[in-house]
Amino acid sequence: MSDANVRRYPGFNLFSLLFFVYLYLPIAVVIFYSFNANRIVANWGGFSLHWYTTALSNTALMDAVKTSLLVASIATMVSTVVALMAALVLVRGREVRFRRVSETVVNLPLLLPEIVVAVAVLILFSQLGLTNGLLKLTIAHTTFCIPFAFLPIRARLQGMDADLEEAARDLYASSWVAFRRVTLPLILPGVFAGAMLAFVISMDDFITSSLLNSGGATTLPVYIFSLIKQGVSPQLNAISTLIMIVSVALATVAFLLQRRQ
Amino acid sequence: MDMNCSLQQKKAVEIKGVSKAFGTYQALKPVTFDIYENEFFTLLGPSGCGKTTLLRMIAGFEQPSTGEISLRGSNIQGQPPHRRRVNTVFQSYALFPHMTLEQNVAFGLENLGWAKDKREARVADMLRLVHMDKLAARKPQQLSGGQRQRIALARALAPEPEVLLLDEPLSALDLKLRQAMRDELRTLQRQTGITFVFVTHDQEEALDMSDRICVLGDGEIQQLGTPADVYEEPSNRFVADFIGETNFLDAEVISVDSERATVSIPFGMTLSVPHKGAVAGGKAVMSIRPEKINLPSQDGQISVDGTIVSANYLGGYTHYVVETGGTQLRVSKRNSVSRDRMLEIGRPITVSFAAESPRVLGA
Amino acid sequence: MKPRPKSPGWNVLGLLPAQLIMLLTLIIPVGIIVLVSFSTRGPYGGFDFVFTTAPYKQILFNEGWTGELEFNPQYLIVVGRTLVLSLVTTAICTVLSFPVAYFISLQRASVKMMLIYLVTLPFWVSMIVRVYSWIIILGNDGVIAKALRALGLVDNMGSLLFTDTAMLVGLVYSYIPLMILPVFASIEKLDSALVEASHDLYGSRLTTLRRVILPLCKPGMMAGAILVFVPCLGAVLEPTLLGGGKTMMMGNLIQLQFGAARNWPLGAAISIVLMSAVLIFLMWRGLQAVRREGREGDV
Repeated sequence: MSDANVRRYPGFNLFSLLFFVYLYLPIAVVIFYSFNANRIVANWGGFSLHWYTTALSNTALMDAVKTSLLVASIATMVSTVVALMAALVLVRGREVRFRRVSETVVNLPLLLPEIVVAVAVLILFSQLGLTNGLLKLTIAHTTFCIPFAFLPIRARLQGMDADLEEAARDLYASSWVAFRRVTLPLILPGVFAGAMLAFVISMDDFITSSLLNSGGATTLPVYIFSLIKQGVSPQLNAISTLIMIVSVALATVAFLLQRRQ
Repeated sequence: MDMNCSLQQKKAVEIKGVSKAFGTYQALKPVTFDIYENEFFTLLGPSGCGKTTLLRMIAGFEQPSTGEISLRGSNIQGQPPHRRRVNTVFQSYALFPHMTLEQNVAFGLENLGWAKDKREARVADMLRLVHMDKLAARKPQQLSGGQRQRIALARALAPEPEVLLLDEPLSALDLKLRQAMRDELRTLQRQTGITFVFVTHDQEEALDMSDRICVLGDGEIQQLGTPADVYEEPSNRFVADFIGETNFLDAEVISVDSERATVSIPFGMTLSVPHKGAVAGGKAVMSIRPEKINLPSQDGQISVDGTIVSANYLGGYTHYVVETGGTQLRVSKRNSVSRDRMLEIGRPITVSFAAESPRVLGA
Repeated sequence: MKPRPKSPGWNVLGLLPAQLIMLLTLIIPVGIIVLVSFSTRGPYGGFDFVFTTAPYKQILFNEGWTGELEFNPQYLIVVGRTLVLSLVTTAICTVLSFPVAYFISLQRASVKMMLIYLVTLPFWVSMIVRVYSWIIILGNDGVIAKALRALGLVDNMGSLLFTDTAMLVGLVYSYIPLMILPVFASIEKLDSALVEASHDLYGSRLTTLRRVILPLCKPGMMAGAILVFVPCLGAVLEPTLLGGGKTMMMGNLIQLQFGAARNWPLGAAISIVLMSAVLIFLMWRGLQAVRREGREGDV
């Protein structure tokens, strides 16, 4: 007990409690008002699921969801494969030249403010004369998703005992067999976590998507932004709540995956 | 000494002029030696002496900077680890955490393309050999240290390697278990008849288990011989110091022949003693093991007067330090009589040793 | 037969896709931004590459009808606001994070896991939704306004929205999880025996905090500072939604130039200023880290 006493600081408990309230109150407010029957958000008009049905039958919203899902899926797949390859070389490769620089390049999108990344791809696409909105979004999303996929995979690889790969090679496994039967199964949670992170980052992206928003590809956050610009509405709260439910489900899966050693 | 290293032995591993440099750091200077079939061969040395590097070069995880390695007469230079018929027991065991014990042991056999029934029979045999057949379906995380050790052994032995490499496999175990595993390893080696190359920094382990020991220090071979050779006839000061305990006395070499050297030592004595590498007129050290000094003195031996300055009771032995004319001698006395009285500190005493016991070593 | 599990050939092949993507979609385009920032504005937006430093001058000056330059601080204010808000956000996040991270580190393993999960959870929830939630809270008819009115404290307060404070609240809320995680990690690494040793050597709680705990958590705070400061500098959503059109930050100013204002060269010039700010900050941090390593290496 005396150990705990020495390490505890008075007030930290209350402070932390208030902090978690601060963290979750805004989210709770949105969820609460999404069940408000009244058209005016701040005036409580009784419980209703009306806005959820409106949201789910909103075709513009559904189109945006489809666009986002399509872009995020492709960007996630490509970026995860690319990140996995890079991580294998950077963590396990022998005599890799320019290892530090290479790693910085892979993580470059994290070092630059996203608006600069967005401006860069915008100018690039305009110079190339690329007009297909979906293609533009997919390329841009793949780029900034790579480091998010890379970091969990790298962490997992670094945490994995290199002896295991040597043991596999020692037991007559070729490089490919060692990768498929030992390395990949062991880093799979990291690969999943990376893919999940990339997916969420892509789904959530506003800055790049809104700057590239032409050629008929409106993503979910860009659509929500346009709704917010029209003013606070209960339907917006319902959409937000739906998004949060999906995000929380994804986050939980990712969290459990990473916890499983 | 031992039947295993006498006469004409077939060579399992030949190391010819093998060295290894990492960048500018010379981890291992060129070494040449052979390891014979059916031998329990130990690479012994302090950390950083190059023993693990040597083992990893035999396994194929490192490439020699110079020289070549042959396995059963064929040069394996440039062959990747998965084409070498050697297996390793890793220091960390490196058991695949996502596979059951059975799957771990079967892994090498699968890669070698063994048929299923033959494979299963072999895995069962191996698990029985290491007394782990009841736990076959478990995962490595559910095992104790000693059990993991056994599975690592079974896994490495299953593919019938030409040579089994063991990288400090006992270092992660606690003392009691280590002792038991020593016996088990030795038995396993005799049963299977496979050549074991064992890396350790523990000289006691090496003396206990090996047919032959290669003592490495500073990236060079210091001595290669049977356990008795390296203990009783150390070839230099490093070996005498590293293996077992000893007293070093400064000695002036007066004359030498091929066997013996005549030296003068600090107690104002001149002795004729077996030597290694002493040069007449030069300085040398005389090494004498604590257990070879008798206390009290025995007749017909070389005797020295002194005073006891410390006494440590260790159960089976009592360790004394005896001051003799400015030099401290460590003396180990077996407690052969129950509740024998310890000699008190400050007491004058005469100790003695046989003329054949000390060795003079070139400086 | 390959001598190595991974030969240099594999190294190049494995890294190639990632490096190529970064080169083509980021490194070269950033070079183009530099070019655009020295270009003339095109007649219908876009740019013509005719070398000029006008975009940079435009950040500081207005060009009068007769071509004379007249100092105009409007963009400079935006740059200054961005820097100040980012610094203040980073500072607030640091101060708020420590007690929370410390509190979490004292909990049982399972509770600890749960709390860390709760800290990271909002980060997974859509950024735009989280920023939007503050509109409901801070808005004219928002939760706070109504609560104050109900309590009879304030009769008719002005909107809390579209102020620097609103942006600050939004920025802290958005990025604080990025600070808590590294701070928590550094507290977790701290050997509790050090705290006990400090108390054993007659250090009070405050002394222990000041002289043992905080110095050892500094690397975590510094790592967190990078994670918070950099995205703050480039923030777009918070200033757009909570700051409104009058109180801009560099992020939405840039966005405006590439959108409605159609002044790409000016947008590019501001982008370069923003990127320089980030790079200077990162290099300063890197230099500090190197110097610290050097000092520890001497011991």
